[in-house]
Amino acid sequence: MPELKGWKELPIGGIIVEPGNAKQYKTGTWRVLRPVYQPENCIHCMQCWLYCPDQAIVVEIVDGKPKMKGYNYYYCKGCGLCANVCPRSIDPKTKQPAPEEKRAIIMRPETDFAEE
Amino acid sequence: MPTKQALTGAEAIAYAMKQINPDVVAAYPITPQTPVVEYFAKYVADGVVDTEMIPVESEHSAMSACVGAAAAGARAFTATAAVGLALMHEIVYIAASLRLPIVMAVANRALSGPINIHCDHSDAMAERDSGWIQLWAENVQEAYDFTVMAYRIGEHPDVRLPVMINFDGFIISHGVEVLETLDDDVVKNFVGKPIKMYSLLDTDHPVTYGPLDLYDYYFEHKRQQIEAMKHVPRVFKQVAEEFAKISGRKYDLVEEYMTDDAEYIMIALGSTAGTIKHTIKELRAEGKKVGLVKPWVFRPFPKFELQRILNGRKGVIVLDRSASFGAEAPLYEAVKSALYEVAVRPQLGSYVYGLGGRDITPAHIRQAFEDAFKGYLIADEERYLGLRE
Repeated sequence: MPELKGWKELPIGGIIVEPGNAKQYKTGTWRVLRPVYQPENCIHCMQCWLYCPDQAIVVEIVDGKPKMKGYNYYYCKGCGLCANVCPRSIDPKTKQPAPEEKRAIIMRPETDFAEE
Repeated sequence: MPTKQALTGAEAIAYAMKQINPDVVAAYPITPQTPVVEYFAKYVADGVVDTEMIPVESEHSAMSACVGAAAAGARAFTATAAVGLALMHEIVYIAASLRLPIVMAVANRALSGPINIHCDHSDAMAERDSGWIQLWAENVQEAYDFTVMAYRIGEHPDVRLPVMINFDGFIISHGVEVLETLDDDVVKNFVGKPIKMYSLLDTDHPVTYGPLDLYDYYFEHKRQQIEAMKHVPRVFKQVAEEFAKISGRKYDLVEEYMTDDAEYIMIALGSTAGTIKHTIKELRAEGKKVGLVKPWVFRPFPKFELQRILNGRKGVIVLDRSASFGAEAPLYEAVKSALYEVAVRPQLGSYVYGLGGRDITPAHIRQAFEDAFKGYLIADEERYLGLRE
């Protein structure tokens, strides 16, 4: 959390005088579960990017094609939508949930990363 | 050259607003305020002013339109009364919280129910903690003068708060009195150009009004409002001093009438102060040492002035034109609280009078004074003037 300002330093009436400052608003602090990217299983289908309700999926264009590069946890709220739509979450043969080591995205409790 | 005119209070306020020529007036009719905006609408229709007149569908919208206009940097005005003010309540707080120097005339009237359209102060008292500056006029002249002064007080960079001009419904709003009006250019020069801060129309410095303000900053913004109110007495006195130069009429936070040697002092807001002055003259002729203190400014409450004036007097009688159910009447409560710290506390008495337009006569006022002369004032007892037992 940034240092909060005292009443003498703030513009009156709650008026926001700096345009576009929502950029500074860290929206990833609500997260309870964290998506973890396992690039070795990713097929770069971009479903996660398409469904992400925020700007949490980092994409890079390589040879004219988009490549999933992991997460921007500054924005990610841990909704798990990406893991849910990821085609690698389902075993294509059994149509059952794939084992974790085969998935491209797994959801982990945020508490596992507490020391970071 | 000041001119003498015979006008109603409503007409006098509309006349002052004509001279100020505000940018926006939003209005919804409600008795007894309606003639204020009716007279003003005529000025707009006749092209005497270039104000944008917005006839809205409710008082809630009238205040909302004023908030929008004031946030854009415009001078905004509206007038209301009673249940109209109550319907505005939500936006009344927002106007003060967003620090918008709107001016609103309130023709004080009883709040329902049962339905009553007559004079009473319960409408304004319901808004006393909304963060508005409250000025209280005794007569048509004061209603006019406060209207001329209001924007100067509210727009001051140390204040930035809306101003409510209270004038008793029907008694002042519809009663015709002779008053002295100032020349148009004198008022125009006095009021000057609006002092704009954080204007929405200033596209070089874009701002956002009214964002979500939770536990991390809301408290700090309320503290700023508290601070703004602390600057009001100084700013009011400055503006009043300048106003005295153009009008010859000197205002302060409170008016003192025959208080120099007074042993017994009565305190009241609004038009009843005139009846009290009349009664005081009669009692003085009988050798009674009596006086009146009339708060011209009720919010911020002139605590230090009252402490200075009332310390060591024999008796203080507070008259309230509104009740606070289950507690002491609002003006009395504030006076009593102020006197906690004075060196020599006077005897205190609370009298509620005139609810719903009930007449208050010199005989009633004399009755309260006589209780005081007999030493029969009890701080914890609320009494009633003009009530049938």
